Amino acid sequence: MSILVTDTGFAPDDWTGPVCDLASHTDPAALQIAPDTGLVRIRFPSFADGRGFTLARLLRLRGYAGRLRAAGHVIADQYAMARRAGFDEVEIDAALAARQPEGQWLFRADWRAHDHRARLQAHPGARLGAPLGAGL
Amino acid sequence: MYRYTDFDADFVAERNRQFRQQVARRLDGSLTEDEFKPLRLMNGLYLQLHAYMLRVAIPYGTLNARQMRRLAEIAERWDRGYGHFTTRQNIQFNWPRLRDVPDMLDALAEVGMHAVQTSGNTIRNVTADHLAGAAADEIADPRPVAELIRQWSTDHPEFQFLPRKFKIAITGSPNDRAVTRAHDIGLRLLERDGQTGYEVIVGGGMGRTPMLGQVIRDFLPEADLLPYLEAIVSVWNLLGRRDNKYKARIKITLHEHGIDALRTRVEDRFAELRPAFGGADRAILAALRRDFAPPALAQGRSTRVFETARAADPVFRAWCDSNLAPHRAADHAIVQVSLKAHGAVPGDASAAQMRALADLAERYGHDDLRISHEQNVVLPHVHKADLPQLHAALTAQGLGTANIGRISDIIACPGMDYCALATARSIPVAQEIATRFQALGLEDEIGPLKIKISGCINACGHHHVGHIGILGLDRGGVETYQITLGGDHSETAALGQRIGPGFAADEIVPAVERLVQAYLALRTEPAETFLACYRRLGPEPFKTALYGAGNEARPDAA
Amino acid sequence: MPRPFTPKVVTANALTEGWVIYLTEDDRWTRSLSEAELLTDEAHAELRLIEASARSAEAVGVYLAEMKPGPDGPEPVHFREDFRRAGPSPRAVPLMTEGS
Repeated sequence: MSILVTDTGFAPDDWTGPVCDLASHTDPAALQIAPDTGLVRIRFPSFADGRGFTLARLLRLRGYAGRLRAAGHVIADQYAMARRAGFDEVEIDAALAARQPEGQWLFRADWRAHDHRARLQAHPGARLGAPLGAGL
Repeated sequence: MYRYTDFDADFVAERNRQFRQQVARRLDGSLTEDEFKPLRLMNGLYLQLHAYMLRVAIPYGTLNARQMRRLAEIAERWDRGYGHFTTRQNIQFNWPRLRDVPDMLDALAEVGMHAVQTSGNTIRNVTADHLAGAAADEIADPRPVAELIRQWSTDHPEFQFLPRKFKIAITGSPNDRAVTRAHDIGLRLLERDGQTGYEVIVGGGMGRTPMLGQVIRDFLPEADLLPYLEAIVSVWNLLGRRDNKYKARIKITLHEHGIDALRTRVEDRFAELRPAFGGADRAILAALRRDFAPPALAQGRSTRVFETARAADPVFRAWCDSNLAPHRAADHAIVQVSLKAHGAVPGDASAAQMRALADLAERYGHDDLRISHEQNVVLPHVHKADLPQLHAALTAQGLGTANIGRISDIIACPGMDYCALATARSIPVAQEIATRFQALGLEDEIGPLKIKISGCINACGHHHVGHIGILGLDRGGVETYQITLGGDHSETAALGQRIGPGFAADEIVPAVERLVQAYLALRTEPAETFLACYRRLGPEPFKTALYGAGNEARPDAA
Repeated sequence: MPRPFTPKVVTANALTEGWVIYLTEDDRWTRSLSEAELLTDEAHAELRLIEASARSAEAVGVYLAEMKPGPDGPEPVHFREDFRRAGPSPRAVPLMTEGS
């Protein structure tokens, strides 16, 4: 059974609607998702395949505001990266959840803190050098 | 120079806390070795031939005395009393234990240093001209931009699991001392119509498929730098090959798609990304420029003691002739301290030497130290009147070798003495060449000559751009050394040509000697360098020197 | 014809220290190559490799390295294994004395 990871920890997968699945090798030129798509799920065949992070970022830049999920071999150490890239949540299998229990994911749930890129991309008026309250 | 802000300090402390936890999770089984490996690599930790190795970043090659002293302390407390400065302006400790590494990282963080992204499939430590901020030929100091790039690339959420490593170098001088055309991205600071910008070069690299980078943007306005860099890496992250690590670097992507197609993709992505940058990066860059303001140099102080010493002391004069570079202030000099004493390990420094360098930087050099990609240390701002005392102090520490740019100033990777990837040793070859030419007493007569030695095809020793390049290979269980000639790391960059069959370990030094003797016989005048002579004559006379008249083929050892 | 099997030892680096280690006949890891179990049977060697690879809390990068029998136990065939056994050449470790 799949486990859903969010900023508040583990939960069962509550989604019952249709899912738009995207492979990590999706051509970015073809990456246009209707805004009313309920859930977009980008697959991570291996945690070492970082394409999904860029695909998520592009989806957000192109206006997709719906639910966005990273699914597959994503490790706890990548949770902050996933959130910063635009994912809302991570879907992992039970074996990975057993090996990397909830506490290890919560350890990375403060993904808004210490974010170099958000600081560099901020708009004028943002407080330089201040701990970040705002994310992307 | 740049000092960590609270943001940097908090970031590095948090990062170290995460790594400490990752080590514990590797030990308790939460992380498999396959998962742990990229995590330790992106924190600078390798597992080498005999031990772990920690590669610490010295961003754009700049550090202060306090940081250098901390490197010495780390070498003594957790390693074996020495460190190795590398061609990417890092320092490597060869003997740390896994459990000690989090403490080592904390010790670094206390002085504003880290090992973040010195390895792994990430954007690596940004390198820059080691004479930045001091050189007479500079348009602008590249280090504020290098620091901006360091901040942007550090922990970039999209770019921690790239197809392969990604290296950026920047120079602010038309005389390229940062090897920009051999990097994934090379940046050259330009002024055009009163505007500051960059020539952006992409797709250079060494390794098994050496290529010189190509210009993807001839003038990028300064304000567009980060979104443009982000566009390049974003395009490559999706387009780069992930099926074959030898085809994953952006140089291969460029080769497969061509510069025009790559440029189109990058420009399209840039147009998408540009609006996401709200301008804070430009305010930060302006602040960084203030951080890198030049030191207040002494005005009106006499340089007579320098001239007197130079006239009276031939040893001092020889050192001045080879180891000083022109400073933009005529009464100052840039001092290049050689870590290439004849017979020593190129780029190695003992803890005592690191401390001595720190002391001397404070006393004579405005607390500024640089590490060059040629594995030497630079004191960039020394008043000429201080040079005699500085030279004496360096000599007392075994740091007075007068050989910068000479045949014994050899770049050498650690090779099979340390490296798990190596196919042959590099260090002993460098040592033997240096001691041989010292014994011959020919160094001054030979003049500028760059020998660069790599112990495997990955080319950490930059052999492709050595005037004489040496590549160590394993051929049938025997260490074998291949020679390339005519490489050039500078603004007139060129890749060396392989010249013929390789040589066994006991043949390589005599082979180099034959090459050099041929050059001495062939040059039109002493001012014609080895490289100029090679470019004029081509490989044939050198082939003859190596393999005999007619170039009769020997059984190919390589 | 299949190539005849050449003798091997199981070797790796220790997880916590990084040191070069070898597997002994009684399932210990040793830093001394002379104590390593010399594997002369291919099927047995493969089995020992699988067993050793499972010990991921102790060892990293487990593999079979070619060796030959010597008077004091296994000896390297290839120069790389000789370096792994002996460490860097003495000259590759910097001299600490003045004038180095």
